[in-house]
Amino acid sequence: MEFLVHARDIHYQYEDGTKALDGVNFYLFPGETVALLGANGSGKTTFALHLNGLLQGSGEIDVCGMRVGKATLASVRAKVGMVFQDSDEQLFMPTVLEDVAFGPMNLGMSRMEAVVKATWALGEVGMDYALDKAPYHLSAGEKKRVALSGVLAMNPEVLVLDEPTTFLDPPGRRSLVHLLRKLPQAKLIITHDVNFAMALASRAVFFEKGKVLADAPIDEIVRRFDWTAGYDTLASDEFLRYSAQRRF
Amino acid sequence: MHIPDNFLSTPVWATLDVVAIPAFGIIARHASRQMEDARIPLLGVMGAFVFAAQMINFPVGLGTSAHLVGGALLAYALGPAFAVITLTAILATQAFVFQDGGVLALGANVFNMAIAGVLVASVFYQLWGRGRGRKAAIFLGGFFSVMVSGVLALSELLVSKVPMSRELVLGSIGLFTMNALAEGAITLAVIQAIERLNPGWVQKPEASNRKIVAAMGAFALLLVGVGFLLASAAPDGLERIGILTGVASKSTFHAPLADYQLPFWSSNWGRRAVAGIAGLGLIFGLCAVAGKVLGRTRKEAACTT
Amino acid sequence: MHHVILERWAQGNSPLHLRDPRAKILALLAYLIVLATTPPGATYRIVTYAIVALAGVVMSRLPILSLLTRAGVVLPFSFTFAVISWFGGEHLRAIALVEKTYLSAVAVLIVSGTTPLPALLRGFESLGVPRVLVSVIQFLYRYLFVISEQAQHMRLAAVCRGGARKTSRRDRFQSAAGALGVLFARSYARADGIHRAMLARGYNGHLPVADAGRFRIADGVFAALTILVLTALRTLPY
Repeated sequence: MEFLVHARDIHYQYEDGTKALDGVNFYLFPGETVALLGANGSGKTTFALHLNGLLQGSGEIDVCGMRVGKATLASVRAKVGMVFQDSDEQLFMPTVLEDVAFGPMNLGMSRMEAVVKATWALGEVGMDYALDKAPYHLSAGEKKRVALSGVLAMNPEVLVLDEPTTFLDPPGRRSLVHLLRKLPQAKLIITHDVNFAMALASRAVFFEKGKVLADAPIDEIVRRFDWTAGYDTLASDEFLRYSAQRRF
Repeated sequence: MHIPDNFLSTPVWATLDVVAIPAFGIIARHASRQMEDARIPLLGVMGAFVFAAQMINFPVGLGTSAHLVGGALLAYALGPAFAVITLTAILATQAFVFQDGGVLALGANVFNMAIAGVLVASVFYQLWGRGRGRKAAIFLGGFFSVMVSGVLALSELLVSKVPMSRELVLGSIGLFTMNALAEGAITLAVIQAIERLNPGWVQKPEASNRKIVAAMGAFALLLVGVGFLLASAAPDGLERIGILTGVASKSTFHAPLADYQLPFWSSNWGRRAVAGIAGLGLIFGLCAVAGKVLGRTRKEAACTT
Repeated sequence: MHHVILERWAQGNSPLHLRDPRAKILALLAYLIVLATTPPGATYRIVTYAIVALAGVVMSRLPILSLLTRAGVVLPFSFTFAVISWFGGEHLRAIALVEKTYLSAVAVLIVSGTTPLPALLRGFESLGVPRVLVSVIQFLYRYLFVISEQAQHMRLAAVCRGGARKTSRRDRFQSAAGALGVLFARSYARADGIHRAMLARGYNGHLPVADAGRFRIADGVFAALTILVLTALRTLPY
């Protein structure tokens, strides 16, 4: 099977010299859901921003058969749909419909076609009642769904979601899981919500300090790195000593 | 400082609309040619920031507090042309959404605050924003931007023969002075706070263009003077020029600054008329110059994403 | 909050709501100009303008009392000057000032209350207001309340920590400045995030052109009729 996304030896440095990504390799098959796990600042989001060319480090990234580079940015961004952590930054148009139509219009569709596509996409996420609403008035869950539909309206093959459950309440998270399960696209989910990740992903990639430490089935990763938010596994003192060593 | 509708006489608000609209158009056109549309969200967000910033209280003594007006701050953070656009957006939003300031008077308010206020602040910053006088330049820029806006508004009201007793005029000037002092202090403090977080967010004063900037500065101060002269000299003159004034011709209320007339302006209405027209012509000329100079924005290296 | 109420009002579908924003803008401008150019002695004319305004309020099906009350926000300012005029002997001028400023506010509220801001902005752009300005206002309005809420939270947090009166004025001043510095930083970061989100969805340097909608015959009739009536009221001798 062909890779849908293939990243080889990605390095990226911030302006002040800190190495954010240190030789990252990554692959994604069609239809797969992969979770990116790791501590804050370990490079997960920085890496994801390379997949649609928002950041350009060294190394090669192939997306849907295209090499990510200046010439292919427009096409790559249509193929890789990114849902950002802050929905307020993502929904920047005055109404829901205009926002979801933004992507299709950038792809060259006429206004009418874009509106039709946007209406379809909003239907897919169950938000077609909100066409004329201002994003400000939506709940966090609704905003997340609108953001997702804005991305779906561009017919992507890969969905990248950066901390999608951050502002969602438990019912919101459950409904997002159900929604994502319905979608056929390959998915890359950056998250700290391990239960959410395990409900969707088959595989996980564990980042630490800009490197990929492991790439394995998700329950193996969770077990190996003790990446749970369970509160009863260790006694408090023991955990404090442990975390002092790991320096969270 | 936001002038509502129906305070200014028709020649005044109409002239200022006629002056401010093309001036804004020139500035906007120059600015948009050098920026891609990606700038627009930044300007919008900065406008929203200024709005929100007006909620934060700065204690200034005697139990009172002041808040940021923002013209100088925007000029230092975004550069003059972008500051003009952002402030105009703020004024328009205030007029239509919050009924703060008139619609027909938008030209006057834009001229006073978005154009003259920004211009004045920029002058101080461009001339003295480098080196040792920097803090003073920032403070004075903030001070004078509010002061000039206020004095211009006052002059426009006086020329429109809005009844104001001498006490009210002097009291208003006193109020403007206090607000201006607060603005200077707040602008300085906030600029310093911003620079501590990221110096790249504040513009570097342009070392070149000194002569033009000095000319702008001279014009700006002249503008204030003209404002007062208009108030003192023009009332009768403008009345005769203005056909559609909403003001009764026999006013028992003399323009309070009529007493301050210079000997040059005798009671000859023709000379006053000329003074009035000359003053307005000066304002228009200034706007044209300002449009050309302010419209030239440097590539803001600090603001690339 | 005021803007929230305006937004709610703008969702109606009275005959006025359905009119093209451009028609409403032109009618508003005509009204304001007619009002502004009417001399203070012409009390009867001003009464006719009030009738026109009232007709507008009724046609908009907006809550009358609420609208008339909100228009009163301009009154304190005009009352001050009216009082000064009155005691200067210019009674007519004083009354006219109050009437005109109030009616202006009512007229603007009718238009803002029957036209959602995005539509109003599209109308303005279609009438020649520079795109840059319209777009900046659009983004300003979109993020106005998000950032105001942040400012609110910062204020509350400071209040929670500022119980002791021992904090000097200078310290409180400096911490307010620091708060604004942080708010600025967050706003700048937000603008960066918006730009990233725009790029991620294929943004290529030009914001999509807003569609101003069709100007129908009803809109033309409305605008023309309003302007004609107002001009007549302004110029007919009586």
